[in-house]
Amino acid sequence: MAFYQAASWQKPALITFGIALLAMPAVLTSFDQAFYIGFATRVLIFALAASSLNLVLGFGGMVSLGHAAFLGAGAYAAAICQQAGINEALIAFPAAMAAAGLLALLVGAISLRTRGVYFIMITLAFAQMAYYLFVSARAWGGDDGLPLNGRMQFAGIPMSDDQTLYFVAFSAFTAAMLLFGRLADARFGRTLQAIRENETRMAALGYPVFRYRLLAFVLGGAFAGLAGALLANLTGLASPNLLQWTQSGTLLVMVIIGGVGYLYGGVVGAVVLLLLEESLVGVTEHWHIILGLLLLAIVLFAPKGVAALFRKRHG
Amino acid sequence: MTQLILEQALNGLQFGLMLFLLAAGLTLVFGIMDCINLAHGSLYMVGAYFVAAAAQAADSFWIGLGAGVAGAAVLGLLLELSLFRQLYQRDHLSQVLATFALILIANEAVRMIWGPAPLMLNPPEALSGPVELPLFGDTFFYPAYRLVIIAFGLGVGGLLYLLVARSRVGMWVRAGAANREMTEALGINVRALFTAVFVFGAALCALAGGLLGPLLAVQVGMGESILILAFVVIIIGGIGSIRGALVGALIVGTVDTLGRALLPTLLRAALPADAASTLGPALASILIYLLMAAILFFKPQGLFPARA
Amino acid sequence: MADPLLDVRQLSRRFAAVDALKAVNFSVNAGEVHALIGPNGAGKTTFIHHVSGALQPDSGSVHLAGRDVTRLPMHARVRAGMARSYQITNVFPGLSALDNVALAVQGRADAGSSFRFWRPVRTETALFDEAAGHLEQVGLSTQKASLAGNLSHGEQRALELAMALATKPQLLLLDEPMAGTGPEESARMVELIEHLARHITILLVEHDMAAVFRLADRISVLVNGELVCTGTPEEVKSDAGVRRAYLGDHL
Repeated sequence: MAFYQAASWQKPALITFGIALLAMPAVLTSFDQAFYIGFATRVLIFALAASSLNLVLGFGGMVSLGHAAFLGAGAYAAAICQQAGINEALIAFPAAMAAAGLLALLVGAISLRTRGVYFIMITLAFAQMAYYLFVSARAWGGDDGLPLNGRMQFAGIPMSDDQTLYFVAFSAFTAAMLLFGRLADARFGRTLQAIRENETRMAALGYPVFRYRLLAFVLGGAFAGLAGALLANLTGLASPNLLQWTQSGTLLVMVIIGGVGYLYGGVVGAVVLLLLEESLVGVTEHWHIILGLLLLAIVLFAPKGVAALFRKRHG
Repeated sequence: MTQLILEQALNGLQFGLMLFLLAAGLTLVFGIMDCINLAHGSLYMVGAYFVAAAAQAADSFWIGLGAGVAGAAVLGLLLELSLFRQLYQRDHLSQVLATFALILIANEAVRMIWGPAPLMLNPPEALSGPVELPLFGDTFFYPAYRLVIIAFGLGVGGLLYLLVARSRVGMWVRAGAANREMTEALGINVRALFTAVFVFGAALCALAGGLLGPLLAVQVGMGESILILAFVVIIIGGIGSIRGALVGALIVGTVDTLGRALLPTLLRAALPADAASTLGPALASILIYLLMAAILFFKPQGLFPARA
Repeated sequence: MADPLLDVRQLSRRFAAVDALKAVNFSVNAGEVHALIGPNGAGKTTFIHHVSGALQPDSGSVHLAGRDVTRLPMHARVRAGMARSYQITNVFPGLSALDNVALAVQGRADAGSSFRFWRPVRTETALFDEAAGHLEQVGLSTQKASLAGNLSHGEQRALELAMALATKPQLLLLDEPMAGTGPEESARMVELIEHLARHITILLVEHDMAAVFRLADRISVLVNGELVCTGTPEEVKSDAGVRRAYLGDHL
């Protein structure tokens, strides 16, 4: 596989897409569909979370099955900040990123010593450990989670209004995608992708492989933490369910159906999966079975994901 | 206190043996085919449902157990032939996605067939009471059914150990786990061998699910939490090693059970009551993961790595 | 005489019940080409793995320019001035030849940190200018833009060499650079190594005896994990033990 390269149509497409996202709340409101602003915010947040996993999985080649732990850690960090009297997102969100990044540092330092099936199982086990830790932490609500006392404020502006939260999520998402895009083309991203292809060769060229992997793992964790902090504000709750391993599985599914290693793979996957959920839930309560069959079909017939299919058609 | 410790140690042994039944099949699948199977826990769940449904229909626990295990073996065979064969050559990511999809399908299918409420599975009438055990001149009561599980676990575990460690088929399996290409080059039909291992693993899952059914609830989602414990067992023991699975399962079973039972008490003796009641349950629930991390730190390949 | 550039002392390694290396003493002096030969399975590649840091010995030490590197991981040894090529071609097939070498340049300590997150690599012309120079040195300047996977076998071997050179090593470990090449490619490779040997110290593992006797200043013979003889090509040729153990079927 070659280094990631943005296709030529990508930039104009992104600008159009960005403008559409900016205009979306106003359009939805004018059509009396303001209810969907919350849903759009949720999609943006999961697009951010899935993209942070894509950095680890797609660019770093690390099949982590514990990414939800960082999402959850971010959510709890935000809620704990508020509990401690810090209601400003400009402080709480970086704190959430730091907390999730620190957790990723601990998990990564141990699990990155292993490879393959081992790495998958260990990241899963550590995430489960984080889950149990929060479930049994009575000071933070135990099973019930830690509720937020209303949404926080961003630079003094309260996010209680759905539109404000939407724009904060949009900014966070845009900033993260801009960073990931630059990073993929910069020395760090190239190094990371080359390590994904052949780590022994990179070590034989003098690269301290472990450090690059670990940093990518920590960065991915930190941005998942940011997504978690946003999610806690959207739902008003830091719930241990966020850390459940099925959540990690869902993030992984998003990245895979979107396309592993494509910069916007996580975004495409989050949009597809959440839209699918939203439309199937109305049809049958057993929509999971349809999703499962779809995923099986993707593994068997479209192993490179939806983004790859799209790319092939466009040459 | 001695009674409590003894009771919990026996519970730990019993849980560890059941974990071994789950981990044994799983570690061989991982070891031989380098294939990750997240749906192993679903086989455990479906197996337990099979046993519970058959036991209700036949009004006999033992007939239910036999029928359920056979049913799970057939399901395992179908799954192996239709799906897993195609997954072995694929990357780990595809295996994760496909088996994750199987979990979604299995959970939802069970919910559609048997409904969201847990299924009741009663232990055999004769085993429902406690038995009296001698203990240093004193007597000690322990549920008869749990003793039977321990006996089952020791019997099946011992048999499995002998099968893998001593028999010719077992030699092939171990050879396959250590070096698959070489085993194929020696003319052993690894495909058929693997189908057999997979089916056997599925049957062991159902056996564990059926035996644990009367103690834990037979319900949707029961497979996932135990699957992760089985993973911890394999990580500690080393992928592909039956001996590792046995040792890992016993460690995880006893440490987890004893930790949950005794740690809060121990902490209360050492710490102020307030701190102890906060820390106790939290520490107990993550004890085995801390243990896993510690073992990994010193032995990244686990205690008994199958590959050199 | 000055200390040797590479000094391996009493290096031993057991795999299960097999002594792969038995107390091997071996040195490479600065400026020389020292060839290591021996029959298949003698432990040559195992030895190279231990020198390069891919494997750790049970006992013994490896010194590079007077510094003990025995416990250093591979990447740190590369940074200390030791580069290797692989017996089986080991390049990035999906990247262009130029990108392959640029990665090697970028990995060097004096090329700056690779923990850079913002500036696109393609604007770092210094990396690619230097990489182009290395490609020219191995005769691949016309193939800069070709995908490494599309190069011929001999060209891939040359690319591998360019990548090793780009790390600016004091010592170059070449593990069978002629493996799998045709006679013409092989002759070009010998010329290339001869040219490189003017600036750089080389430890050469090779089966092609004509190439070894043409290139080497000194030759060591490894048989069953034991070093049986070290000397000039003439001395090795006339050593009775070597003839018996190894060269008998070649000369």
